Amino acid sequence: MKRFVWPVGVLVALLVTNVFFSHSFFSIEMRGGHLYGSVVDILRSSSPLALVALGMTLVIATGGIDLSVGAVVAIAGALACLHISGLSDQGSVAGVLVAVGLALALSLVLGVWNGFLVATIGIQPIIATLILMVAGRGLAQLITDGQIITVNSGPYKMIGAGYWLGLPLCVLIAGAVIALAAVLVRRSALGMLLEAVGGNAEASRLAGIKSRWLILAVYVFAAVCAGVAGLMISSNVSSADGNNAGLLIELDAILAVVIGGTSLSGGRFSIVGTVLGAVIIKTLDITIYTVGVPPEVTLLFKAVVVIVLCLAQSAKFRAMFQRSRPVVAAAPADEKVQVRA
Amino acid sequence: MTTLDTPGRNWAKVAGNLLRKPAMATAILLCIMYGAGVLRYDGFDDTQIVLNVFIDNGFLLVVAVGMTFVILTGGIDLSVGAVVALTTMIAASLLEKGLNPALVLVVVLAVGGLIGLGMGCIIHFFDIQPFIATLAGMFLARGTCYVISTDSIPITNEWWNNVASDKLRFGGFHISWSVVIAAVVVAAAAYVLAYTRLGRNIYALGGNQQSALLMGLPVGRTRIAVYTISGVCSALGGVLLTFYTPSGYGLNALGMELDAIAAVVIGGTVLTGGSGFVLGTVLGVGVLGLIQTIITFQGTLSSWWTKIVIGVLLFVFIVLQRTVTRKQTARRAR
Repeated sequence: MKRFVWPVGVLVALLVTNVFFSHSFFSIEMRGGHLYGSVVDILRSSSPLALVALGMTLVIATGGIDLSVGAVVAIAGALACLHISGLSDQGSVAGVLVAVGLALALSLVLGVWNGFLVATIGIQPIIATLILMVAGRGLAQLITDGQIITVNSGPYKMIGAGYWLGLPLCVLIAGAVIALAAVLVRRSALGMLLEAVGGNAEASRLAGIKSRWLILAVYVFAAVCAGVAGLMISSNVSSADGNNAGLLIELDAILAVVIGGTSLSGGRFSIVGTVLGAVIIKTLDITIYTVGVPPEVTLLFKAVVVIVLCLAQSAKFRAMFQRSRPVVAAAPADEKVQVRA
Repeated sequence: MTTLDTPGRNWAKVAGNLLRKPAMATAILLCIMYGAGVLRYDGFDDTQIVLNVFIDNGFLLVVAVGMTFVILTGGIDLSVGAVVALTTMIAASLLEKGLNPALVLVVVLAVGGLIGLGMGCIIHFFDIQPFIATLAGMFLARGTCYVISTDSIPITNEWWNNVASDKLRFGGFHISWSVVIAAVVVAAAAYVLAYTRLGRNIYALGGNQQSALLMGLPVGRTRIAVYTISGVCSALGGVLLTFYTPSGYGLNALGMELDAIAAVVIGGTVLTGGSGFVLGTVLGVGVLGLIQTIITFQGTLSSWWTKIVIGVLLFVFIVLQRTVTRKQTARRAR
């Protein structure tokens, strides 16, 4: 648990700040059979990010990275909305299910494409997924024909904004997927195999691990997760915007993974940490809102938190404060702290 | 292994062998695209069309040159678009206050350099991945834009606008000062990379960091230098952008880092570092610009086709690079 000290500390600090500025922050009430409250809001808004970050965690565990998830988010939402807008009865559950199925199937295909480039052709992941990141936005706009498609479908709206058993449906979906993934990778050897591939793909291949298939699988999983997140995001606003849906979500997701203590170089991952990271990012957004910081400063605030968290996890930075263990490499770093400050 | 020549020739040979093909491929592609344009559309053969590509993309060219330095060391700089936006913002707000344009230029270039320096230091001294450090830099720069103002600030300074709209005419054609500045930057970058100690160090660092360190090359200084150069180039790119559209806005140059990276890759620079040319980047920017021109000439194609075509080109060039590198490795093994 020691490695979660920093993320948990930041989360607690953020929550305490919130209570300080808004005393009813933790109060949750039942209204019309639904739970309402800031905490529920945080969970709801962090569901899509947590899902995307979950997929990203497994990709990063194998030493890869997936930049295309934002584009996949946009494409999934666009295709689903396009299909629903073409239905004669937008409220039909069957039609919505077909739309969801189509969107997820396309996400899966995109994931296979990424995985094929990385695992079969052997292109560096950051470049391989850059292709879909650039082309995918164009593809999403092609699907929506450059317009914002609005739909008016009750069942579709349920995915992102609906409630079930008093809880937001999207939180339940995200929770279920995360729990399933966690059980799958930690209760079987799968997680260890992924870490082995991330640690040394060649060595793990020689040890008899089918690293190629594992790598393909994680990219597919990441794309499908992004697809589900895309459905949530577009359903929440009942529209699809090929240009702006999921914009920069890949960066937030990578950030969530890093905050959660997963190393970007692969070989080690933590799903709990990632979920914590996603919740921290969204709590940060809400904190900025409650504290009354003007929204213009949000990004600046985020930058500071990112820098602090990354420095806190940097071994060299920590070494500077441990005088008992002199580290040669960190010695000239003292004067550089002021550069940033 | 080959016998050791003088270092200069050896480097040229290694770089030439590895990358002549992708860079040549870019040049051929450029010619084919241009030829197709000339055949298909009326008025495409006007030399001014070619010049316009560079007038419209001068700022991208400067930013992409900075990105080339970073990518040659095997790093990446995600902050360039945000630094461009920040530059336009600072320049516009300072000019609005009536500051001397020359002073404004110095200030924005210094800010760009400082951001790059800061990121370089964080990357080197604290072992933070370039991806994350420059991501933080991106948030920082964009955030600062919104702190300055959330609205667009027009630039009304007379000198600034004169430079922006000034056309250098020769023989019936014209270019803008942006093109001249971009050309100077390209020439300077090409010189630094090919003929200076810093340039050698950059290739060495990108080729193999461990070897560079063991050879006693100043790895830290080089790495910090490339991010600083990229920061200054981004700031200069921002200045050129204000020449092109005279206003400062926090949403300027959104996603420009992708265009810059794409231009560098299409230009034949290998993203893992160690080999590539600035001239290739010029060709890469030319390809991106020509795609836009063709789509404008076609008239019936929507703007998003640009992105799809760029994606397809990226794919082709990356696969091409991959096969070339594979052949090289195979030949070395033999």
